[in-house]
Amino acid sequence: MNMIQAINSAIDICMGRDDEIVVLGEDVGFFGGVFKATEGLQAKYGKTRVFDTPITECGIIGVAVGMATYGLRPVPEIQFADYIYPALDQLVSEAARLRYRSAGEYTAPITVRTPFGGGIFGGQTHSQSPEGIFTHVAGLKTVIPSNPYDAKGLLIAAIEDNDPVIFFEPKRIYNGPFDGHYDRPVQPWSKFPESAVPEGYYRVELGKARIVRPGDDVTILAYGTMVHVAQGVVADAGIDAEIIDLRTLVPLDLETIAKSVKKTGRCVVVHEATKTSGFGAELSALVQEHCFHHLEAPVQRVTGWDTPYPHSLEWAYFPGPVRLGEALKRVMQD
Amino acid sequence: MTGRNLPPLSLHVPEPRFRPGDAVDFADFDMPVAGAVARPEIGTAPAEMRDHSYAMVRVLDDQGHAQGPWDPRLAPETLLKMLRHMALVRAYDERLYRAQRQGKTSFYMKCTGEEATSIAAAHALDYDDMCFPSYRQQGLLIAREWPLVDMMNQVFSNKGDRLKGRQMPIMYSARQANFFSISGNLATQYPQAVGWAMASAARGDTRISAVWCGEGSTAEGDFHSALTFAAVYRAPVILNVINNQWAISSFSGFAGAEATTFAARAVGYGIAGLRVDGNDALAVYAATQWAADRARGNHGPTLIEHFTYRAEGHSTSDDPTKYRSAEESTNWPLGDPIARLKQHVIALGIWDEERHAAMDREVAELCKAAQRESEALGTLHDGLKQPFDSMFEDVFEEMPWHLKEQSQQMRDERKAAGI
Repeated sequence: MNMIQAINSAIDICMGRDDEIVVLGEDVGFFGGVFKATEGLQAKYGKTRVFDTPITECGIIGVAVGMATYGLRPVPEIQFADYIYPALDQLVSEAARLRYRSAGEYTAPITVRTPFGGGIFGGQTHSQSPEGIFTHVAGLKTVIPSNPYDAKGLLIAAIEDNDPVIFFEPKRIYNGPFDGHYDRPVQPWSKFPESAVPEGYYRVELGKARIVRPGDDVTILAYGTMVHVAQGVVADAGIDAEIIDLRTLVPLDLETIAKSVKKTGRCVVVHEATKTSGFGAELSALVQEHCFHHLEAPVQRVTGWDTPYPHSLEWAYFPGPVRLGEALKRVMQD
Repeated sequence: MTGRNLPPLSLHVPEPRFRPGDAVDFADFDMPVAGAVARPEIGTAPAEMRDHSYAMVRVLDDQGHAQGPWDPRLAPETLLKMLRHMALVRAYDERLYRAQRQGKTSFYMKCTGEEATSIAAAHALDYDDMCFPSYRQQGLLIAREWPLVDMMNQVFSNKGDRLKGRQMPIMYSARQANFFSISGNLATQYPQAVGWAMASAARGDTRISAVWCGEGSTAEGDFHSALTFAAVYRAPVILNVINNQWAISSFSGFAGAEATTFAARAVGYGIAGLRVDGNDALAVYAATQWAADRARGNHGPTLIEHFTYRAEGHSTSDDPTKYRSAEESTNWPLGDPIARLKQHVIALGIWDEERHAAMDREVAELCKAAQRESEALGTLHDGLKQPFDSMFEDVFEEMPWHLKEQSQQMRDERKAAGI
């Protein structure tokens, strides 16, 4: 399976197991979503469980919170993460805090799926990585898979979770892993072992990172598309780096991170979002708090620039192999 | 700009009719006649009832007699119960307003003058219909006979507060009363109520939902998103707009009242709209009952504008004498909802002044007794609050490591500081 198929399979399995799960969003019904993640689900489960919505993100999330209050488990789709901002109040002030403010009387077990990230010539309105906005909010869980196997297992875990979850899908790697070399052909997922996705039910627990590649020289912290960029760079440069795919930012697997950095003594964080106040800042601070005496070099951050995402200059913005390679050199020289 | 022989444009900024010190004159207020508005069948298409968004449903006339097709013909015991609940809300508000002034809590909001919009509506709904209130619908809980002590515990954030002292006063939550947790962010409950109603319809349930916001909040995006959803899916929901004329110091003109009515917001969405005299408990009851029957009959949503007046300040943090004429509330042409219902039941011969005075004393005593019981569990500033580490609970279903760590850190720091 590719990632789209894995995501579709996860929703399908959850809907088959639990009548309370409903899917809503722009174009998700008859058409099956602009990326086809919900294809076939309306035909299988009916129009009252999988349905198209008006173009109003605050409406989609607000309605989902209301449905959750009734007792359903909505899985709303926001067509692009760039469009999530109109829904911000419903996510931040309502879904995230409902359990807290009502002392558990009401909860909002919704899973918001949304494609995010750049590398598809989406310009500044189809490329953003707003995960840092949500990790800052108490009460939301933030999940980001990097391959089909994890996408399915994490999405099932997210849908079954009783807290509101934002599930960011790195759309650049929907069809195959992308190492950041935009001038090379992209290989389909079918050529990689992570595409061996079981047809049936399984979960990948939230809050557990994955060591993609063990190594002794430096720890690279990545998620989503950047996991593959890191793998490409490490393979090309011949550095014995330990690459950690965080999988979930909240809850975060600090134990795995700290253990690795204490071993390697060096750390590079890579993400597509802008640098200032990005999640890399949180990771750098945590590494500093927990591993300071083991560090042999300052923690490096390789990120998008603090600008909107440019259309024609996309590859200069993208934190690709060259910039990550330079950061690794810097951190190894110290 | 240069070279164009055109008059300069000008920006219209609305201004209320009366400011502090102004004499109030409602002589030109177009007082709709009680009983004059037709009562459509519940399945009437919204396009055929546009006039209802601009007229005003009124049942009680100036003498307190019920008039016309909207008279809900309520049994005497229902009328008297509604009257008692409205009196109880007013007594409750008075009690807690004073408690705030005595420094026992941080904040309070009265609904004086608007009691009918919650009480009569609650009486017309079924108990298991889900209510998504705004912050001035304490009447819903009173009408559902929720314990006063429990409400006061929330206001005082004391040991008995089921919400663990996390919410500002008046932001109640009562799941067992089908009363949704109140948010301070305005109109957010609108799409939520529509979503609840959609879920109920999708599951083949028979319950409906109702939601309230002020006229000022109709400007919020959530309001319009909710109306779109409600119309598109014909959600079984009652969308209440409490037009009490003032949003803190901004008069209703800043929400668009100069151009049209709030009930007419329904017209553009293809929703049935009713404009109702919100100080007429019978009109509120009848409109709510009509909308509930419509929703239950799968005929879709109804938007009800309750035309009323906020007789008191927005909250204890507000001084209305700074921005509006003091005469407005006393001269309000639609009168006081409790006085009008009282006049009606007296005219019916089922009530009298003596019984009314006795009832007022009784509800005041009830509130006093409840306050005593609640204050025994503490008030906001007397140190008898929730356990301090309860602040880390309920962020997530299970406490993740970082919250456990922070909770422990707080305990350690307090211990080290000798707290």
